[in-house]
Amino acid sequence: MPTAAPATADAWQPRPFRVSASRRETHDTVTIELESLDRHGLPFAPGQFTMVGPLGVGDVPISISGHPGRPQQLTHTIRDVGGVTTALCQASEGDVLAVRGPFGVGWRVPDGTGGDIVIVAGGVGLAPLRSAVIEVIAARQKYRRVSVLYGARTASDVLFAADLAAWASEDVQVAVTVDRASEAWTGRVGLVTELVSWATFDPARTLALVCGPEVMMRYVAGELTARGVPPERIRLSLERNMRCGVGLCGHCQLREYLICIDGPVLSLDAVRPLLGVREL
Amino acid sequence: MRSLEQLLMEHPFFAGLDDSTAAMLVGCAANEHFRPGEYLFHEGEPADRFFVLRRGRVALDVHVPGQAEHVIDTVDEGDVIGWSWLIPPYRWFFDARAVQDVSVVAFDATCLRGKCDEDPALGYAVMQRAAQVMYRRLQSARVRLLDLYGADRAS
Repeated sequence: MPTAAPATADAWQPRPFRVSASRRETHDTVTIELESLDRHGLPFAPGQFTMVGPLGVGDVPISISGHPGRPQQLTHTIRDVGGVTTALCQASEGDVLAVRGPFGVGWRVPDGTGGDIVIVAGGVGLAPLRSAVIEVIAARQKYRRVSVLYGARTASDVLFAADLAAWASEDVQVAVTVDRASEAWTGRVGLVTELVSWATFDPARTLALVCGPEVMMRYVAGELTARGVPPERIRLSLERNMRCGVGLCGHCQLREYLICIDGPVLSLDAVRPLLGVREL
Repeated sequence: MRSLEQLLMEHPFFAGLDDSTAAMLVGCAANEHFRPGEYLFHEGEPADRFFVLRRGRVALDVHVPGQAEHVIDTVDEGDVIGWSWLIPPYRWFFDARAVQDVSVVAFDATCLRGKCDEDPALGYAVMQRAAQVMYRRLQSARVRLLDLYGADRAS
């Protein structure tokens, strides 16, 4: 796997990328594939993000959800929450977008070598973890038990359903649960934290990667620590108002951390005191 | 083939109970199987049994007139189904439907309540375990009220 290039002065310079494909994942979420017009690709580490948007519209931080071994293809999975994200979800094949990055510190998956990997995602939080799962599976023999635990609101909100099925055939424990379901759903209904209780792993030798709404991550982190996973081995991807991407503007400050350069992936022992603080 | 007593002792719900207690409980228990789509019980019926799930998945459904059944929770192997048998008026609050091939140890609720009444230590042990299940499911229901995965994150 390539290692990500650090942010440089080039980080200020948007690069043009053409939309090569767009596919709808759920009613509000779209995956777009991008190719750089300068043909240099965009090497990245799983968990990093770019600032991306249509020219003249603005840009937003979006995690990279693609294959880290294929830097020529930049993949973003975006939920339409208005503004720039609406424009990104509506982008068509051939449209040109401006991209800066990659930025930030990723999951650092190889730190889990020789141990168990537990990946817990909620909602669209599976997108930033998809690259990490791909990285783990590409070097599956380096890890012991691998679990992907995923919670979504309803069955129709489940992201990457085909990927989840494919991962399950790669010696990965995959479990999906939803909050609400009709009787047609034969999977689990319940809270994603319950999947942490179900999964088999050796807590002392586990690296846990967690992404989802912050309140979900708080509860999942609580469950993981209750099972004995050391806080420094639990990594969370935080989302704040990233703007510059290089730690200058301060929009994404979380007390002593600038999420765009110190994160977005931070360990639980670093951020646990901050997660429950109001107004942070 | 493992005995009913062995099956009970291997189940997480009964972890920590001694052999003599398990032997006492077996008198109220029987093995049962359900095929996908079969109901273990229906809302409003007498809650006259208590199920220890050994295999498969059970959905707890609630019927909303004019809509499909809503699944409000699922229970998987290693868990237990129902606490209405413990609390008057002993009526099921939801439907319970087998989603997969299901194997349970089914307890006669009257028999089990009787043994708990006769032996307060057993009653306390059963109540402790039932309370843990209730606590976990209550927390799950409360947190899900937050609608955790609402549209607060773009990616």
